Amino acid sequence: MLSESEPHYRQPLLKTPFHERARALSQVDSFIAWAGYTTVDVFTFVEQEYFAIRNATTLYDLTPMVKYRIAGHDALPYLNRLMTRDIGKLKHSRVAYSVWCNDDGHLIDDGTVFRLSDTEFRLCSGERQLDWLLDSGLGFDVQITEVTDETAALAVQGPTSCAVLTAFGLSGIAQLKPFELAWFALPPALGAGSQIMVSRTGFTGDLGYELWMRPEDAESVWDALMDAGRECAIRPIGSRALNMARIEAGFVLPNVDFVSSERSLRFGTERTPIELGLGWLVDFNKGHFTGRRALFDEQRRAPRRRLVGLDIEGNKPAHNALLYADKAGKHQVGSVTSATWSPTCKRNIALAMVDAPHMRTGSTVWAEIYLNRELVWERRMARAQVVERPFFAPERRRASPPADY
Amino acid sequence: MAGAAVGAPDYDCIVIGGGHNGLVCAAYLARSGRSVLVLEAANQVGGAAVTREFAPGFKVSACAHLLHLMPGSMIRDLGLDSRGLQMAATGMPTTAIAPDQSPLPINPDNPAVLAGRSGADAAAFPAYHARLRRLAEALHPVLDRVPPRLGTDSWQARLSWLRIGWRIRRLGRRDMRELLRIGGMCVQDLLDEHFETPLLKGALGFDAVLGTRAGPRSPGSVFPLLYRMAAEVQGGSALAQPVGGLGALSDALARAVLAAGGAIRTATVVRRILVQNDRAAGVVLESGEQISAANVISNADPKTTFLQLLGVEYLDTGFVRRIAHLRAHGVTAKLHLALNRLPQFTGLPHSALIGRLLLAPSLDYIERAFNHAKYREFSSQPIIEITVPTASDASLAPAGGHVLSAVVQYAPYELAAGWQHERARFADLIIDALERCAPGLRASVESAELLTPPDIERQFRISGGHWHHAELALDQFFIVRPVPGASQYRTPLGGLYLCGAGCHPGGGVMGIAGRNAARALIREAA
Repeated sequence: MLSESEPHYRQPLLKTPFHERARALSQVDSFIAWAGYTTVDVFTFVEQEYFAIRNATTLYDLTPMVKYRIAGHDALPYLNRLMTRDIGKLKHSRVAYSVWCNDDGHLIDDGTVFRLSDTEFRLCSGERQLDWLLDSGLGFDVQITEVTDETAALAVQGPTSCAVLTAFGLSGIAQLKPFELAWFALPPALGAGSQIMVSRTGFTGDLGYELWMRPEDAESVWDALMDAGRECAIRPIGSRALNMARIEAGFVLPNVDFVSSERSLRFGTERTPIELGLGWLVDFNKGHFTGRRALFDEQRRAPRRRLVGLDIEGNKPAHNALLYADKAGKHQVGSVTSATWSPTCKRNIALAMVDAPHMRTGSTVWAEIYLNRELVWERRMARAQVVERPFFAPERRRASPPADY
Repeated sequence: MAGAAVGAPDYDCIVIGGGHNGLVCAAYLARSGRSVLVLEAANQVGGAAVTREFAPGFKVSACAHLLHLMPGSMIRDLGLDSRGLQMAATGMPTTAIAPDQSPLPINPDNPAVLAGRSGADAAAFPAYHARLRRLAEALHPVLDRVPPRLGTDSWQARLSWLRIGWRIRRLGRRDMRELLRIGGMCVQDLLDEHFETPLLKGALGFDAVLGTRAGPRSPGSVFPLLYRMAAEVQGGSALAQPVGGLGALSDALARAVLAAGGAIRTATVVRRILVQNDRAAGVVLESGEQISAANVISNADPKTTFLQLLGVEYLDTGFVRRIAHLRAHGVTAKLHLALNRLPQFTGLPHSALIGRLLLAPSLDYIERAFNHAKYREFSSQPIIEITVPTASDASLAPAGGHVLSAVVQYAPYELAAGWQHERARFADLIIDALERCAPGLRASVESAELLTPPDIERQFRISGGHWHHAELALDQFFIVRPVPGASQYRTPLGGLYLCGAGCHPGGGVMGIAGRNAARALIREAA
């Protein structure tokens, strides 16, 4: 916490309520800064953590996810004016993924909206957005408060996650449908009278849940989950493994796959939801929202570029690769924003921003990949095919109740 | 929102607000063959160009009190001369007054009167004025145009930029350099370069800060002066006062609207602008009545138009942010005095009394008066522009009576102490200042009316009570007035236009914003 005497830039990164537990389990001492907090990048090694996501249960500390409480008589009209999606269709105790844009239809950020009541919502985003959120509130009867450090958050993801949470004591969790949320009483041993909110959401594209709790309950919940999950080979994961899973799931990451228009300095680097393949999030029939007129014009024009999935030959991840129309590399048509070898799909995959007309599914482009072979660098032109996202979408992520794994 | 309108709308155009710009806009639209309805909230048209009785038998131009900026072409186009617009006084002189000095006529064509105070100033004045006038003339076509857009390929925008560039290029190297040099300068630095007589500098500096939240040492204070002079080029004539006050101009404009086939409803308050299919579709009145129209043109100020009449839910966040940040807090008050005799200003010939008198004895005096406004206080020694309209128009007062109309600065909209408690003290202090120049004035006051910016906001429905609807400064001018996204009289909402002083080229009884708005609408429809 900040003390009055020291300026903020002299303060160390904040520690989440799970920090002591995470530090104890960290074998490689690999921490990174995320929204002002220190969080784990890797606990043991990336592949081990990745396979736990796809084959067991994982714990991921997402407390630094920025959380806003949006409440008041106009909370719903406010959100509908802010977001591209129709939040009016969001039922009680449900969660929606949405994006929001500036006046030009350029993406500011994405996040999840939780409907807690008629007049209260929670918005979670990767980046701080208070300035834009407050200015969007001009003329609305709505209070916007950042509540990031009032709530500890833990993602419990993986094919056995439902079984782990049941063993943990959340009876009825199997009935929770995707994008639903519910409140549970914590098992009495963990703190009498304490409640925990669980949403069936996540960033892995797999079966999984996110747990939202009071910070003082955080360590006992962690301990109880690690106990409950022992038979299911539960393990904590860092951001690196999660990143592999989210690329397989085709999810975009702000300031990786697109630059927030609030941060963009160079002309032409901003992106619209349509360019990011998120046009399905834009509802032109719900009434006005910020960026609507610009996006309405854009969707009537021929698209200039698009974020696409790439299936690349070979097994070398195409990190930051430039993309060309031709093998000779004369005519650049885009670049890779996120890349990984997908162990589950056994494919070399990437997300890439590709210019028209090469962005069409089935098109072939060439990725310029640099390989480090024992400090000898090689350049390789790899054939890449534009494919549909997601790369990996198991049925279990939607099944209710989830089957045993 | 009611269901989709069936059939044709009631009108082609509804103009919200019958101020002079609204009336000018309506008249030009009606002359283009469109059906036009003007809706005015007050009982009479005119907005801030209106004549009102402020004491039994005493009438005054309630806000603006001089006419000098309206283009002659507009007066001819609309036939205002034949519709009852007559001048009680034209070519009104300007005289600088001070409590302890003899009055000084400010007339660049007759610098000899200055010679008694400073031979150097007398020699410098005509050249100074001529140069500023040349710069103003180069700028003046800018005023009369729909500002071009940036970053478009339209030939119209390019042509507009070329024209402006050509006018400025034609100034020649020296004047062009001077324009660049002084454009963002403070008026005190400019005047100190040329003159030494405090009374002369005070009077010249007065016109630079009149109606703006700035002092002579504020950066960019030369700009409003050039703007005012550019507008005077359009006006073509020196200061004038219509018979019956500024309300007579508005009445003539209203007749021009009616003559062109337009309709006007007074005492009709608009509650909301109707939106259908993401277009302005008409208005809802306070009475609940709905009137549909293909286009809605708002003479109201930008904040009122967007934040109250339209509503933020139809606008983007970034645009609303710009509107909310629009600097639009007035610092100008108006004092009206009903007098039982003609005021006697010490040493002032009667011929000067039909003109305007400026009480701003020096630039330091103005800057000190402005200092208070920075801290949300009113000036303890305000600067004042005085006219005695009854000196040339006896119809404004009962027999023997006279009216003094004073524009007073600085009276900030947001007064720290609150205007309810302080207004009497401020009125008193202004009368004291006048009394020092016109002994015996206080004893002749029968009645006084003070309009502070909050009064102007309430009575004339101008958010912030600013005469120009929005501060007139380089950052709120031309292609960025009132804000980017609404600076071509069009707004982000199709079918909704602005035509008031909040648009380019701003306030003053000029009518150009109204005419430009009509042109923009007609051009878009074509």
